[in-house]
Amino acid sequence: MVTQSKRIKLLAVYYGALLLWLSTTAMHIPDGYLSPVTCIIMFLIALPFWIIGIRKIREKLNARSVPLIALLSAFSFVIMMFNFPIPGGTSAHAIGATIAAIILGPEPATIVVSIALLIQALFFGDGGITAYGANCFNMAITVPYIAYAIYSAFSKNQALTSKRRLVGAFVGGWTGVTVAAFFAGVEFGIQPLLFKTANGTPLYAPYPLSISIPAMIIPHALIASVAEGILAALVVAYLQRSNISVLEAAEKPAALAEAGGFQKLRALWVVLVALIIASPLGLLAPGTAWGEWGTQELNSRGITSIPGGLQKLSGLWGAPFANYNLPALGNVNLGYIFSAVTGIVIIAVVVWLFSMLLTAGSGSKKKDLG
Amino acid sequence: METITSSSHSRRRNVLEHSLHGITETLEHALFAEEISARAGLFQSLDARVKVISTLALLISVSFSHSLWVIAAIYLLTLLFAWTSAIPADYLIKRVWLALPFFTGLIVVPALFITPGPVLFHLPLGLVITVTGVNTVLFLLLRVSTSGSLTLLLILTTPWNTVLSALSVLRLPDVLILILGMTYRYIYLLLHVANDMFLSRKSRMVGHLSTSENQRVLAAISGALLSKSLNLSSEVYLAMESRGFRGSIITLKPFKMKSKDWLWLAIFLGIAALSIFLGR
Repeated sequence: MVTQSKRIKLLAVYYGALLLWLSTTAMHIPDGYLSPVTCIIMFLIALPFWIIGIRKIREKLNARSVPLIALLSAFSFVIMMFNFPIPGGTSAHAIGATIAAIILGPEPATIVVSIALLIQALFFGDGGITAYGANCFNMAITVPYIAYAIYSAFSKNQALTSKRRLVGAFVGGWTGVTVAAFFAGVEFGIQPLLFKTANGTPLYAPYPLSISIPAMIIPHALIASVAEGILAALVVAYLQRSNISVLEAAEKPAALAEAGGFQKLRALWVVLVALIIASPLGLLAPGTAWGEWGTQELNSRGITSIPGGLQKLSGLWGAPFANYNLPALGNVNLGYIFSAVTGIVIIAVVVWLFSMLLTAGSGSKKKDLG
Repeated sequence: METITSSSHSRRRNVLEHSLHGITETLEHALFAEEISARAGLFQSLDARVKVISTLALLISVSFSHSLWVIAAIYLLTLLFAWTSAIPADYLIKRVWLALPFFTGLIVVPALFITPGPVLFHLPLGLVITVTGVNTVLFLLLRVSTSGSLTLLLILTTPWNTVLSALSVLRLPDVLILILGMTYRYIYLLLHVANDMFLSRKSRMVGHLSTSENQRVLAAISGALLSKSLNLSSEVYLAMESRGFRGSIITLKPFKMKSKDWLWLAIFLGIAALSIFLGR
């Protein structure tokens, strides 16, 4: 048996190596991490948001939108190149999706960031081409919608120069990127559950949800999300100081759609929650496909014996993975939904606490964020 | 890939320099790609649509493969195509194996030990490397590097404007292709503007800025860049309108498939289909 100190050392080595992962991974998922089925599903999930975005651009912004979207996409691309310092001596790249959402609203912002991501993938090899749908879902859909919902909840009935807008921009950007990191973690984490060879070799990203979700959320919440939040808040502050007309213009379409404004936002949250719950159901299909590979045994490398070392390993690591190693679909889905809900609840509570704290300070009406 | 730079790094070079460095690198990369795409070679001589479809097909076959050998074969083929396309032999290998899997490599190291399976090696500390772990790591490394090389091959051998026009074969709406082209064009303009702003700020700077001062400088640059982009977009719109733009787009499609293009398209699709079949 492995002694306690060895276990601790092993854990230290393991989490040390993981930490290296964390500190170097961006949310730009390259090709090869996600199975083709996941990629297709992520494209399908992103598709309606693209359609909504283009429709919104057509009706709100008309022919003017061509250069506007192009310039803002270029701006988003350039912003992703800036190294933004955050307290503690590190720096990170912001996505700029929060700023785009504040200026244009979430639907057009999806198109703006998607275009920037497409150019990164197609011309700079940053982020995969097959993983484009997943990358867009995380960075071009999740971030703008969530950031915008929070920002507008904070800035409703507030003057254009209100400090609450800065807080809203920060909380919105931070939450948006953190939730996006959670989704990226889910996308990585379901790979070893559903896609492996006959002898259990994971074919794509190898870590289960229990590792991939915290591995994505923790460093992003501490670093990249903070960068996105601070940059968004400071840019809003800059606009308040020197170009208030941009914020004013951003407010107008919202004023026009005031009647259904918050209602619409609510509907989006409902859609988001529905997506979270529905996604593992969509993955039932690859689950059965996995069974088919098992019977084919084409890739079986003829290894069936289980030597002693494995018993040590399974003693060490078996327990946390037990749920995820079971191909029984009921378990997989339960674990999946459970982790999805846990993540969302944690983030919702954090946001709620933030807004409680802030509204308590200013004494104005509380906003329901969820 | 790199999101975060270590603190020791940022102490050596401050954030402004970092951003400047990133901007210069992007411009350099684009210049290099332009130079390569102007050389004479196999890929440069093919129709952009053939290259876009073939790259996609090969990416998909790499993504579907359950066999390491098939992925390795596609990787070697990619290197061969790069060699026949006047791409410096070491460039593709260095660019892909130093950058992409360096990060991927760090990510997958723990998978060597924690993936349950038959034991390959016993290491001190009770660590065990499993056969399944090694296979998993090889799958991820090979898949990421092969996909990265394929994408690079397309990027390096095809001028960006022809890639964009070729995208219309994927049924992307014309308006999107127009926006993509304009975005690409204005990225360089904005990169130059940002470059100038960083340089002018830096040249007036003595000593070190604190984190919050750095943040303010960066936010001011971002904000100014945003205002400039918005102003420019209305100017560009007026310019377009005065030249007769009314919202409808006619794109030139300067492509003509030659028999050579059809032949290579068939070859690439054949390779992709064969690898999907062999890699089941």
